[in-house]
Amino acid sequence: MPANRFNGFTEYGVGIGLRAPHYNHILTRKPVCDWFEIISENFMVDGGRPLHILDQILDQYKVVQHGVSMYFGSAEKPNRDHLRRLKDLVKRTKTPWLSDHLCWGSVDGRYTHDLLPMPYTLEAAKLTAQKVREVRDFLEIPVAVENVSSYAEFHVSEMTEWEFLNEVVERADCGILLDVNNIYVSSQNHSFNPFDYVNAVPAHCVAQIHIAGHSKYRKYILDTHDHAVIDPVWKLYARAIERCGPVATLLEWDDHIPSFDEVHKEALKANKFLASASLAAAV
Amino acid sequence: MSLLALQRQMAAAVMAPLTPAGNMRQAGPKGRPMRQYAGEFIKPNDRLTSFERLEIYNRQYWYRILDSFAEDLPGLHAVLGDRKFDAVAKAYLTENPSRSFTLRNLCSRLETWLKKHPRYAGSRQKLALDMVRLEWADIEAFDGEAKAALKQEDLAAADPDALRLTLQPYISLLALQYPVDDLLLAVKDDEDTDFASNAFNERRKRKRVAATARLKPKPIYLAVHRVDYSVYFRRLKREEFEVLTGLRKGKPISRAIDAAFRKSSIPAGERAEYIQDWFHNWSALGWFCRPEQTPAKS
Repeated sequence: MPANRFNGFTEYGVGIGLRAPHYNHILTRKPVCDWFEIISENFMVDGGRPLHILDQILDQYKVVQHGVSMYFGSAEKPNRDHLRRLKDLVKRTKTPWLSDHLCWGSVDGRYTHDLLPMPYTLEAAKLTAQKVREVRDFLEIPVAVENVSSYAEFHVSEMTEWEFLNEVVERADCGILLDVNNIYVSSQNHSFNPFDYVNAVPAHCVAQIHIAGHSKYRKYILDTHDHAVIDPVWKLYARAIERCGPVATLLEWDDHIPSFDEVHKEALKANKFLASASLAAAV
Repeated sequence: MSLLALQRQMAAAVMAPLTPAGNMRQAGPKGRPMRQYAGEFIKPNDRLTSFERLEIYNRQYWYRILDSFAEDLPGLHAVLGDRKFDAVAKAYLTENPSRSFTLRNLCSRLETWLKKHPRYAGSRQKLALDMVRLEWADIEAFDGEAKAALKQEDLAAADPDALRLTLQPYISLLALQYPVDDLLLAVKDDEDTDFASNAFNERRKRKRVAATARLKPKPIYLAVHRVDYSVYFRRLKREEFEVLTGLRKGKPISRAIDAAFRKSSIPAGERAEYIQDWFHNWSALGWFCRPEQTPAKS
């Protein structure tokens, strides 16, 4: 199950997000790391240092692309320049699959650069699925959609978030990048049981899992990616792995970034759960 | 409510300016109270009102784009100081929301905007404009396109009356009224340190303000380029700048040189040596490439 058509039939293990403060360490020390996830937009440039760094990383490591501004849920059509640049990058990285968020963030050509929540309606699910299909057909690689953390819900919503995710995934026939930290954050902000969410997703569609830390405020939780993963999120991860098998796992750490070794060590905690899942699958 | 209508409604609130204290404004779009506006489409929960939930996104939007703006423009920040820089950032970003999938292009319209709104920089308008042009050129040089560079042999074998060259797309040529290259390098040098106590930051800020205050007008010509993936600012002689500008405009080499030396004070007998040196350096730096071919008409 972990290697499936939504992740190009790969078994990638545990990776971390490629971030600028670690470039020097990675390029000079060449640490062992199963794979790196890059933010596509950071490398959708015409030349210069970003692509030079990327090419050196690609010489040594497996890389998967993760986007932050495709905005599958925006009501407007995909930006053609964005798609062309993304396809150029896909050819460069040979990423076996590509992910972006199940959210919106632009309207009338103006970009918020945020991951804004979807109204969970059938109209939105249909439109989003159509856009996912268009993007996948243009890029010609498997696409996975990631559930986002959210801080607001809409009056017009007709279903739960996981029902909406499932609706989109089924209609688009795409993969899921299951972010268990985002599920935890949203469950606290919207008072639902996060295990209901994890138990409801179609396990055979999960291409990849994200883990991360967050920040707790008095009345809500923010998805800040600036801490280690907390125990309740590891428990959700364990349940997800139990259902999905040892799927490619990635730790995101985007702010107050510690050393490469510290980030990698935190990510490798996932191996404990992955090993049990592999054992269970073998029995 | 359609998806598009809902997204327009939310975006209008999310992208609306914050109050000076960093909160969401009480007045919503179209003159309606923001509490009523938010309540129309966002559910409250047992801890947060609709207004408070929307405010989280409103704040995040501004924190993100203000951070990105400041990260791209440390030189302009040094020129204007905290208060004026903050005012420029908020006014510019309110009028010019991002129209690109990447934050890299956030400041692309700042020079034009600043020219239209001179009151924001006040007496430092010319200095601020020079700095904005340099900082945008810095971004372009960092990740701009590089084409196959022409070699010295290509140039040596060519007929200067017929040969047309152009410069690498990542190179910017700037005629500036202030030596802002020195100031920007000093500012960036300060920022490169890992040591950041409050006392140190205060001293650093005072140093920047003093450096800016000392900066006197002095026309300079600059090529912002890159070598081995690092950006450099190269000072040019006026004639050197004119030759390069002429080439970029598509003039043949001989015409670009003639035009550059028309009002030159460089003695006629020394010009050939200068020209030879310049072309040697430029081609060694890989600055030249062939212009785009225009498709032949059938």
